[in-house]
Amino acid sequence: VKPYADPYRAGVALGLVLLAAFALAGRGLGASGAFASAASAVAGPANSYFAGYLAGGGPAHDWLVFEIAGVLLGGLASAWFAGRFRSGIDRPEHVAPRTRLIAAALGGAVMGVGAVLARGCTSGQALSGGAMLSAGSWLFMAAAFAGGFAAAPLLRRLWQ
Amino acid sequence: MSGLLLALAIGGAFGVALEQAGLGNARKLAGQFYLTDFTVLKVMLSAILTAMLGAFWLGWLGAIDFAAIHVPETFVWPQLVGGLIFGAGFALAGLCPGTACVSAASGRGDGLAAIGGIFAGVLGTGFAFAWIAPFYASGAQGVLTLPMLTGLPHGVIVLAVVLMALGVFAGVPRWERRA
Repeated sequence: VKPYADPYRAGVALGLVLLAAFALAGRGLGASGAFASAASAVAGPANSYFAGYLAGGGPAHDWLVFEIAGVLLGGLASAWFAGRFRSGIDRPEHVAPRTRLIAAALGGAVMGVGAVLARGCTSGQALSGGAMLSAGSWLFMAAAFAGGFAAAPLLRRLWQ
Repeated sequence: MSGLLLALAIGGAFGVALEQAGLGNARKLAGQFYLTDFTVLKVMLSAILTAMLGAFWLGWLGAIDFAAIHVPETFVWPQLVGGLIFGAGFALAGLCPGTACVSAASGRGDGLAAIGGIFAGVLGTGFAFAWIAPFYASGAQGVLTLPMLTGLPHGVIVLAVVLMALGVFAGVPRWERRA
């Protein structure tokens, strides 16, 4: 098992990927938008929020859906070749697997609400909008860290 | 079609970068909120600096059309409240949408659970859209960048962000706690 890369070097590499997206595709990275696109196939065009996601041809033609398919493949390949692919659950030993899974699903649902309201997540707003100096993206980033630090003391038993 | 293949390739590189940084591991991400692991902040800020400086210089040299790059519009209230909610969910899940995908792809069940939760949250909020639509549209500023907001030149803001990030990097060893 190889150790993780230095965070600053990995960050610069991630920044170059983001720069490539800016230069070659004229847009940044994203993640929650792919979830919204996939959900639009379930919700149908009658819903005014999801209609916008279906207007471009639906998830099978959506840029972010393909990008996230790439993230899954890239994450798998990277973990596999570094010997880090392992079927399991990341949790402190004293936290039951079931508790960790419920927390992950609930936390995911809460993030889903926040990402819809904010029109993006850590990828589309914080990273991509942040690098393009969008005021709303920096506001989102500050609010997300504030929300995380505010919630953390209540969740201490899940992580420590 | 080539656009979608490009998306697949860019996403692949995105996934490799996140996984190499250790951001497929929820315990590392959660450690940010307890100041025991600063990987999230280090990776995010150095990525933002790299892409911001790259786009600024390539645009200045005329190698890319800077004005053609998409900038998300600003909606003050939903982005403030959405950000707070998102952050709380992030601390609970230990993963964000992109890193949940990397976690699941590297075999982790908690990543898969987070993916299911995000999908349900987005779907449910979308179904409730008729009720939240006025709030969703509140505080609309259109495309509003920090140079536009402050009236300062683009280069000055870029420099300020660089200095802010370097200040954070310098402070990290002092703020970091033992796990």
